[in-house]
Amino acid sequence: MDKNISFTLKVWRQRGPKEKGAFATYEMKDIPGDTSFLEMLDILNESLVNKGEEPIVFDHDCREGICGMCSLYVNGHPHGPATGATTCQLYMRRFKDGDTITVEPWRSAAFPVIRDLMVDRTAFDKIQQAGGYVSINTGGMPDANALPIGKDIAEEAMDAAACIGCGACVAACKNGSAMLFVSAKVSQFALLPQGKPEAAKRAKSMIAKMDELGFGNCTNTRACEAECPKCISISNIARLNREFIKAKLKD
Amino acid sequence: MWLFNSSVGKKVIMSVSGIALVLFLLFHMSMNLVAIFSAEGYNMICEFLGANWYALIATAGLAALVVVHFVYAIILTLQNKKARGGQGYAYTVKPKNVEWASQNMFVLGVIVILGMALHLFNFWANMQLVEVLHMLGANVDASLAADGVHYIKETFACPVYVALYVIWLVALWFHLTHGFWSALQTLGWANQIWFNRWRVIGNVIVTIIILGFLAVVAVYAVCPCAGC
Ligand code: HEM
Ligand code: SF4
Ligand code: FES
Repeated sequence: MDKNISFTLKVWRQRGPKEKGAFATYEMKDIPGDTSFLEMLDILNESLVNKGEEPIVFDHDCREGICGMCSLYVNGHPHGPATGATTCQLYMRRFKDGDTITVEPWRSAAFPVIRDLMVDRTAFDKIQQAGGYVSINTGGMPDANALPIGKDIAEEAMDAAACIGCGACVAACKNGSAMLFVSAKVSQFALLPQGKPEAAKRAKSMIAKMDELGFGNCTNTRACEAECPKCISISNIARLNREFIKAKLKD
Repeated sequence: MWLFNSSVGKKVIMSVSGIALVLFLLFHMSMNLVAIFSAEGYNMICEFLGANWYALIATAGLAALVVVHFVYAIILTLQNKKARGGQGYAYTVKPKNVEWASQNMFVLGVIVILGMALHLFNFWANMQLVEVLHMLGANVDASLAADGVHYIKETFACPVYVALYVIWLVALWFHLTHGFWSALQTLGWANQIWFNRWRVIGNVIVTIIILGFLAVVAVYAVCPCAGC
């Protein structure tokens, strides 16, 4: 059994995109260690509602690490101190009795705050719409032998495809760069035969959209890779650079 | 043109100009080592590289590289600040695996360029510049213009200059230990295996370059008559 802990929660509250925000402090008492971080916020919100106060707004959906909605910057880490885990997969047993836990929204010009801890990540959808798909009909599942793909290549493509589009990479980056996200979305197709025909076009249009939306320029600090809940590797960024430079040189 | 208006293109400019400067440093360091072993030999190189047409073209090329690298460093850094947004985090930690240098490239670069200014003042302004002015008919004394050893002795006899040069070289070491692999990553020449290889290769090359420069400073600071 996990112990119960009591701690201080410092949460960013902001009523709207244009309003000025500030931290609010809440005392949390006797929270069991097996409570997830989001459940802990639910407990707080319930008590706020009971007191007639506005609950804290935060994004969440699946609560099992696959949708990428939960976007909390906890104690200096996107998705909190755990590695390879999303905020919804973070449990209170990570923290100690008497801790102060600071919760902030993603901070990036391309992800404006909507309210409290919720940010607008439409920019990622726009990048995806610019080319993050295969536009030809690839038909049904082919025979495994018909289109041989090396195991290491298949694994690299699958690792890239693990990206859930949460935006932690942008939140972690001092340059507000979206390169890790874009590189994962480009790599998952560029490595496979079905994605190759459009690889050059995809890299060019997704980078163009990324630049247009005001994301920063990657300086290879590797903060994204360290904070990504799906451990996407920056070798994908090298591949994206390669695809992009190759495509531009060919034009 | 994609080189100038895309984020990756601008990074390619940084990367290529940076690598060219690293190659120059490798050459410059090798040349300096001669000063430890033979003052005469070193001055012969100085004479050879005085104000000849090829030395002047190379100098102009180097200046252009530095300007391009510096201008794009400013552009990229400003864009990145803007992309980050006005509101910072209240609580920050440096994630593990993140090199300190990688997040301070601009500050390190500014130290490097200040060091370069000092270096040009100590040497270039007394040597190549004087020679050029002399050739243009100005009334300057060019008798010491190719006596590099004289200026090495003079500069490193002063402990303040020694300290400034050491700070400069240490900053350059930090800049390049990140810059080297970063440049190859930017060009797309990396994957899971080459990432680590380039880091090791970069650290070795950069450490050799910086130790080579430091050796000359140290030798002349301790024993001003080295190479005599
Ligand atoms: C001898 C002098 C210099 C050398 C050899 C050098 C070398 C390099 C290299 C190889 C890179 C990596 C490029 C990349 O990541 O693609 C780099 C990046 C950088 N340099 Fe320099 N540099 C020098 C001077 C300067 C100066 C004077 C500044 C001025 C502030 C500067 C600012 C930067 C910045 C801000 C970056 C990071 C840019 C980025 O990664 O996007 N450097 N440098
Ligand atoms: S690369 Fe990682 S951090 Fe970035 S959006 Fe994808 S899963 Fe999230
Ligand atoms: S709520 Fe879906 S990943 Fe966290």
